[in-house]
Amino acid sequence: MDLIGLFEYEFFRNAFSAAFLMSVSCGLVGTYIVARRMVFISGGITHASFGGVGISYYFGWAPMGGAAVFALIAAITTEHLTRKKLIRNDSLIAVMWSLGMAIGIIFIYLTPGYSPNLMSFLFGSIITVTLTDLALMLALTLVVALVFTIFYRIILFVSFDEQFARTRGIPVMLVNYMLIILVALTIVLSIRVAGIILVLSLLTIPQNTANLFTSNFGRILVWSVIIGFIGALIGLFTSYYLNIPSGATIIFSLVILYLVARGVRTLIRSRNPEPAIQ
Amino acid sequence: MSEALVKLDKVSASYSGKTVLSDVSLEIRPDDFMGVIGPNGGGKTTLLRLILGLLKPDSGTITRYIGKNDIGYLPQVSHFDEHFPITVYNVVLSGLSEGMGLQRMKKSEYRRRVEDILVSVGVADLQHRPIGELSGGELQRTMLARAIIASPKVLILDEPNTYVDNRFEQELYRILAELNKQMAIMLVSHDVGTISPWIKSIACVNRSLHFHPSNQISNEQLKVYNCPIELVTHGPVPHRVIQDHQHDNESSTSMNQ
Repeated sequence: MDLIGLFEYEFFRNAFSAAFLMSVSCGLVGTYIVARRMVFISGGITHASFGGVGISYYFGWAPMGGAAVFALIAAITTEHLTRKKLIRNDSLIAVMWSLGMAIGIIFIYLTPGYSPNLMSFLFGSIITVTLTDLALMLALTLVVALVFTIFYRIILFVSFDEQFARTRGIPVMLVNYMLIILVALTIVLSIRVAGIILVLSLLTIPQNTANLFTSNFGRILVWSVIIGFIGALIGLFTSYYLNIPSGATIIFSLVILYLVARGVRTLIRSRNPEPAIQ
Repeated sequence: MSEALVKLDKVSASYSGKTVLSDVSLEIRPDDFMGVIGPNGGGKTTLLRLILGLLKPDSGTITRYIGKNDIGYLPQVSHFDEHFPITVYNVVLSGLSEGMGLQRMKKSEYRRRVEDILVSVGVADLQHRPIGELSGGELQRTMLARAIIASPKVLILDEPNTYVDNRFEQELYRILAELNKQMAIMLVSHDVGTISPWIKSIACVNRSLHFHPSNQISNEQLKVYNCPIELVTHGPVPHRVIQDHQHDNESSTSMNQ
């Protein structure tokens, strides 16, 4: 079957749309996460959300809803307690991380019968994305894109030097909470694509690939989206043709892209060595 | 004497539950060029944070007769993540982001202001460089540009002379002397050996604060102030030396080493 023919299938059109929407939201939010060194916090939020998945299974609710609630609680708690300096940030994240997983495991164990979709929460399944998932992804992506377009500079200034931003009268706390909420929601919706175990790479690999070529925050935002989308498409097609799991294949493609980019950069640098900077 | 711009009255402040400053009173006036000296951990940065409104005092009052945005700030270099993906242009532009004001300014206008200020601090050709590729002196110039681009009435500098070479340091003091015609300056330094001959007064901070209205301190005054600091200036000015002295609240064991 040729590439174009695949688009006759609804599941493939949905997967393609999900890949695009996810690339935009993860590309933008991930740039913020990477620039601000919040990767570990994001890992904590991701794994904490599993607690919500477990509880939802037990009570028969929509798992994504439970995941979103847990992710938001983890995000806001981390942001709040870190600021109050009540506990060391990395220890707090580790607690959130494992507590969420523990709650999830207990409730899934207590749930009678087999949980068919459990694997898709852990490892993702872009092929089974539903129209409801897509609608939620579209809404979130629009919000993220809008926020990053309108407040691009404010986000950059607060991320770079929060204290100075405060002396300029920028509502730093509002910006921080708004962004951590967007981080949590982006993570939860991306779990459909890459799963709890793998989602972090969607938020970090495209950004680090872009960062190989530019240290301009704005350009990293744009290139992360593009690189993320290319990686997702390569992964999607490869997983279809080789009949291997989509989430893992997308991550694998992103890593390959990163390595290729590194190689290209080394090649460019060896041909035109930059003048030494004093 | 001119009106005060910022006034601290019997201010005490703590950091992580520990009292760092107690009973500090100070006035900043329009033509001030104040050197803030004192040992590490003595409360110099806490004093700046109070004036900037980043920290609330435990007791006492801080009165600003100017807008909060009228204070320019250059933090310590160690405060930055040097790998953060931001260009010199955007760093300096952040100095114009009063409130959310940048959203309303024309791009051509703020671009021109950033370019002008970069010329005045001597890094015009670096505007597209990421900060990770700057030398210590270039980074300090960038941070100075960010601090002064909004034409503040008070300029606060926290250790601007770290990681810079002597040549830039002398140039920095010349730039500051020029800026001092338009704004009050407060300069913190733990390395008081090189503090500028242009300063007009000295605040000695070591939990308490002693203000010296001139940059000359006599031996008699030192005995009273008890600030364990040595102050020597270089260059074509008379040398001034402040010998070890002790603040009232310090135990006598910490001196006489």
